Amino acid sequence: MSVKKKDDVTGTETTGHDWDGITELNTPLPRWWLWTFYATIVWGVIYTILYPAWPLVSTASAGVLGWSTRAEVAEQIAEAEAANADIRAELISTELAAISEDDALQNYAINAGAAVFRTNCSQCHGQGAQGAKGYPNLLDDAWLWGGTIEDIAYTVRHGIRNEDDPDARYSQMPAFGDILAEQEIATLVAHVQTLDEGADPLEGEGGQLYADNCASCHGEDAKGMRELGAPNLTDAIWLYGDSDADLTTTIANARFGVMPAWGPPRLSEDEVKAVAAYVHQLGGGEASAPAE
Amino acid sequence: MTKDNEKITNPKDDPKVVQPGDGGIPNELPHHSKFIDKHAILEKNATLLLVSSFLVVTIGGIVEIAPLFWLENTIEEVEGVRPYSPLELTGRDIYVREGCYVCHSQMIRPMRDEVERYGHYSLAAESMYDHPFQWGSKRTGPDLARVGGRYSDAWHVDHFANPQAVVPESVMPKYDYLARAEIEPDHIRDLMVTHRLVGVPYTDEMIDAAVTDFRVQVDPFGDYDGLLERYPGAQVRNFDGQEALTEMDALIAYLQMLGTLVDFSTFSADASR
Repeated sequence: MSVKKKDDVTGTETTGHDWDGITELNTPLPRWWLWTFYATIVWGVIYTILYPAWPLVSTASAGVLGWSTRAEVAEQIAEAEAANADIRAELISTELAAISEDDALQNYAINAGAAVFRTNCSQCHGQGAQGAKGYPNLLDDAWLWGGTIEDIAYTVRHGIRNEDDPDARYSQMPAFGDILAEQEIATLVAHVQTLDEGADPLEGEGGQLYADNCASCHGEDAKGMRELGAPNLTDAIWLYGDSDADLTTTIANARFGVMPAWGPPRLSEDEVKAVAAYVHQLGGGEASAPAE
Repeated sequence: MTKDNEKITNPKDDPKVVQPGDGGIPNELPHHSKFIDKHAILEKNATLLLVSSFLVVTIGGIVEIAPLFWLENTIEEVEGVRPYSPLELTGRDIYVREGCYVCHSQMIRPMRDEVERYGHYSLAAESMYDHPFQWGSKRTGPDLARVGGRYSDAWHVDHFANPQAVVPESVMPKYDYLARAEIEPDHIRDLMVTHRLVGVPYTDEMIDAAVTDFRVQVDPFGDYDGLLERYPGAQVRNFDGQEALTEMDALIAYLQMLGTLVDFSTFSADASR
């Protein structure tokens, strides 16, 4: 045990270490620091008693306060839902076509729907709903499956050609690569490319092929058929492109665009209605059929 | 050398120097007690210091880690969670190889904003067969814990080939080569045996059927009943839309099943966790 020594100048105890007459002071820690230190130790123990911490035999201690992350998030979600509960209930109980008649409701639906759209829909349809090759533009008047708010809500709820929802919109164009000869497909491609310029769909060699193979779904006037999701071929909108290569692939292999079903549990009932209202007012929305 | 100075109080009489035995609470750490002085033994003996440090860390480890192996509420029992099918497991390896975890997490935290964006918060059981887990720690891209079924297969193919084609604001690099990298199930059995070694309950039957299951999962016209029996909820499709079985197939098969195994319409999480 070293002898306690004091430094002459400061009067402070030294560590007893001495280097050529220079000694190391052993300045004590400030009292406030020590008390804070002891307080943190006490608080640490209290904290583990208040909150879940100690491993016991088969579970961990639950904490005196009964706090849990799960309960907290459930509470926060319930709180947020309660804040809009009235208008959400109103949205759920209002007929789709009647939403736009109520300004406050329409305003809520559009804003809530925009949030839902940006979170869940924009990855395919684009931030501005402008779409991309293979993913329909939702701003224009061209609708594969219908553009009334009811049609849109159905598409959102059940999706298209997915395997999860038995009520999903479904149609399947045959892969004509197995049915027609290469030359016939080339003729058909050239013929289809003229349709958006006003050519008669049934005219000429291509017209004959069209009538035999395509007209049953796309219609003799080539204006498409929404019940089957068959696109209008007379407008200038080509979801998968109208180049020779694109159209050849479309006819030979057939496209099979899939949209997931977004109905509950993915989106809640009011979110489905809100996003339908949002998409409907983007520009291409069509008026609902009059109630019978 | 310092000399004892008469002007300075003897340490024994100095009120600032208090020993625990002196009564009352010391207002400073004792400078020289027999116990504290013993520390010099550790400081002067490197091997003893190493062994002692290791002992101290071990105690910390035992207290913090060991209970997780016996506490019942570490991983709650959840219906539906199953080991990965051979193709999904291969896709998972590609996910790890490409370092997807660097930008994508697979862990929806129990917070309102995350639950509203990504869906139900992640359960420990949902990654119980992950070795190593892919929780990640950083989100340059979105969380992928429940990405399964959110997008169509075609979207994934388009997106991997050129992410900016479908999401212009994305900074994700292109992974188009995955669609050109054909894969064979040469090592799938070894992979599954390895996973079994670390605790994934692959049965002998699963390992024997691994090669068949691997191929049949991309063949909707094949006999996939056995696959579905062994891996309930497995999705059978030609994921990348081309004839060849590629890494793109495996990766999309993995992504499309992420977060889909637990049916949250029938499962309610124990609130006290």
